Amino acid sequence: MSVIPSSSQSVSEAPKGIVRRYIFSTNHKVVGVQYFLLALIAVAIGIVLSLLMRFHVVWPGAHIPFLSGGIMTPEQYLALVTMHGTIMVFFVLTTAPQAGFGNYFLPLQIGAPEMAFPRLNMLSFWGTLVAFVVMLAAFLVPGGGPISGWTAYPPLSALGSISGPGEGLGQTMWIISIAIFCVASLLGAVTFIATTIDMRAPGMKLMRLPLTVWSWFVTAILILMAFSVLLAAGVLLLLDRSAGTSFFIPAGVVVNSQLQNHSGGSPLLWQHLFWFFGHPEVYIAILPGMGVVSHVLSNFSRKPVFGYRVMVFATCAIGFLGFTVWGHHMFISGMSPYSGFAFSLLTLAIGVPSAIKTFNWLGTIWGGKIQFTTAMLFALGFVSLFVTGGLSGLFLAQPALDMVLHATYYVVAHFHIIMAMAAIFGIFSATYFWFPKMFGRMLNERMGKLHFWVTFAGAYCIFMPMHFLGIEGAPRRYADFTGVNYLEPLAPLNHFVTIAAFVTGAAQLIFIFNFFWSLKYGRRASRNPWNSTTLEWTTDSPPPPDNFGGRSPEVYRGAYEFSVPGAPEDFIPQNLPPVKAVPAS
Amino acid sequence: MMVSYIYSFGQHEGRVSARNHPQRNQKSARGSAAPAVLFALLIIILVAFSAYSFSARAFRAPAPITTPGAALDHQYNLTLYVTGIVFILVQLALAIAIFRFRDRGQRARFSRGNNAAEIIWTSVTIVVFIVLAFLGRKVWAESRLASPTANAIRIEVTTSQFVYNFRYPGADGKFGRIDPNQISAATGNPLGLDASDPAGKDDIVAPELTVPVDRPVELLIRSQDVVHNFFVRELRLQQDAVPGLTIPLQFTANRTGRYEIVCTQLCGLGHSRMRSFLNVVPEAGYEQFLKQQAAAQ
Repeated sequence: MSVIPSSSQSVSEAPKGIVRRYIFSTNHKVVGVQYFLLALIAVAIGIVLSLLMRFHVVWPGAHIPFLSGGIMTPEQYLALVTMHGTIMVFFVLTTAPQAGFGNYFLPLQIGAPEMAFPRLNMLSFWGTLVAFVVMLAAFLVPGGGPISGWTAYPPLSALGSISGPGEGLGQTMWIISIAIFCVASLLGAVTFIATTIDMRAPGMKLMRLPLTVWSWFVTAILILMAFSVLLAAGVLLLLDRSAGTSFFIPAGVVVNSQLQNHSGGSPLLWQHLFWFFGHPEVYIAILPGMGVVSHVLSNFSRKPVFGYRVMVFATCAIGFLGFTVWGHHMFISGMSPYSGFAFSLLTLAIGVPSAIKTFNWLGTIWGGKIQFTTAMLFALGFVSLFVTGGLSGLFLAQPALDMVLHATYYVVAHFHIIMAMAAIFGIFSATYFWFPKMFGRMLNERMGKLHFWVTFAGAYCIFMPMHFLGIEGAPRRYADFTGVNYLEPLAPLNHFVTIAAFVTGAAQLIFIFNFFWSLKYGRRASRNPWNSTTLEWTTDSPPPPDNFGGRSPEVYRGAYEFSVPGAPEDFIPQNLPPVKAVPAS
Repeated sequence: MMVSYIYSFGQHEGRVSARNHPQRNQKSARGSAAPAVLFALLIIILVAFSAYSFSARAFRAPAPITTPGAALDHQYNLTLYVTGIVFILVQLALAIAIFRFRDRGQRARFSRGNNAAEIIWTSVTIVVFIVLAFLGRKVWAESRLASPTANAIRIEVTTSQFVYNFRYPGADGKFGRIDPNQISAATGNPLGLDASDPAGKDDIVAPELTVPVDRPVELLIRSQDVVHNFFVRELRLQQDAVPGLTIPLQFTANRTGRYEIVCTQLCGLGHSRMRSFLNVVPEAGYEQFLKQQAAAQ
């Protein structure tokens, strides 16, 4: 463990000038806030896209004013599908919990004045922003946005505009955007890993790290390994499209009666590469949320995390096993049915550390003194959603059952509950918890709670009925439900889902209002409004540019010392030295 | 842990701990029973609604028309019971904890964990998961790993944007060669049957899949352009059609009827309109179908 470099003095004062201070800043807190705001814009766009989709599914013939042509075409719908998935997975679920809160709080929680590579870190954000702009621009090019989904399976994504509108320039821009995003994420991941290993304050042993830091650290390793594979795959796909190679296109492909000049490639190769990235990506999205939830549950139950060490091992186990289960996305893809056994068993194996975490969360709140702050409500909501989404995964983990549920709305329900909703609840929990530290003011709790109740009920109202659509055999990514006879009786379910989606979407306006209102009018936050134990609460709200005002905190104890018998308060900050420890009589 | 802690606040970190002092005015925001009751109530509604709607089978696929399909339904039900019980227990435990341990001014019970509990719930989870995996494995093997039946009727399924074509080998029992250069939907040769191959002369190409009841059928699934899918919910079978691969899929339908075939793999703008029908007909009807088609080709 290294001592804080002496150069830390030089960062104790913020650079002069608005540009260096707030825009091209190398300060990890500015980068963190930038990532957070980017995710906020992205999630707003992503929600609007999903509402347009839900609207179209229920009222396919309706006139939509700002749409060219007025009535949504199937290719416009599929462009929404693609962009909604891409924006949410990459620019929200990967950025907010990891790059946003991780950037802001990783150095603060380990007692470091800065990230290990501040310039790489800044570059990471600006690369991500460029990727986001390129992604949105794909909507505006001739042919519109790509229609191949966020998974971009070739040959559909590899053949160019002959295979569909949006598959020309739109798809190319999608690939370029993803490639830039990959590079930017790799820079950020390297920074996270080096910072965690090298810049912990004296006394901050690995087993004293907050579980948030553990999850950001493991997630950074996952990003490093997964995004490098996606980057390579993206480059290959780009070559197939523009340089005449055939990594993913076999011989004899005929589109519109035109024989394509390719041979020797395999569409399944892309699926293997993509899901080798894509499954760890699920954990990249959810692990930071798990860390936040462990942290918040402990804080507002006034109890130590139940089984801290087990939680650390479970986090590492999930990270490791996450790389061995990609094939469960491919049970019916045409890969050997024998490999279905292996992937099925490994997938159920990864359920074990996930179940352990759930039990430990229950163990943490059991016997506690639960304070229902909004942050705590979202953390508890996370646990409920995680259980629900995890259990529906036990069906999909079995190749036989996947044969009827694959690519139906059942899958949409499953991954939205566990990956999207649970991860978003983790983000909201983190936002309500850390907003006072980041901006020096409290978020309004009354509005926060209203936001929570509608969102929690809404999340279930939207996604529980989708299980039923899937069980009935309704395929996902259908622009309309009128082409298949057996889907027509399902219309009432779809209406219900759409209405629930609009109500829940509207409830997010409460959050947006609360966010900006509280920035200006919120009650001023003290250093430690939640009576927390970790290092970020020992400095000002918001912290000075070098985090701890030129001094380096020393750490004497674990991260979750709540309600320790004999202590005068029900929490003991990590930096509080034990003056005297006497054996109990 | 036979150590009790004595701390001196106000020496080393005095500035910090003074400001760390709890904000005692927040009782109303935290200690109220209302959020605990509301939360517990929402979870109970969720559990009741889910338990009812899954067990009442208000929504379900129609009965399967194959033997492995029935076994699959059995495995589905078993998984539903197992996950259903866990779902109810864990969600209710959460609701109970939320209600019972709400802040009423009590002191939290200090505990860092319990190794015995960790070992028990980890072991139970592992056993349940392994049992599920092995039972599910049998069903998968039954439908996907059985060796091809010698007397199975072989039918080639070719997908392309946004149609299914079904090819029967005709009287000679042999599929004719395919030449991608000769593919032309406009001239009535959507599959690109090579005109120079005599084996292809009697091949039958139809837009719907017609099979006799109670006879083993082996489909050979191909794709001409992008990845498509063959899904018939009554067969409990779903298989991607991948360009460059010919993927076998077997079934024996045991009930006559007309069933929808849909595409579940995103294949382009016509994805939601890509469908066909599976007609399961009596033996005599099947012979008649073949005769009619042969005459029409």
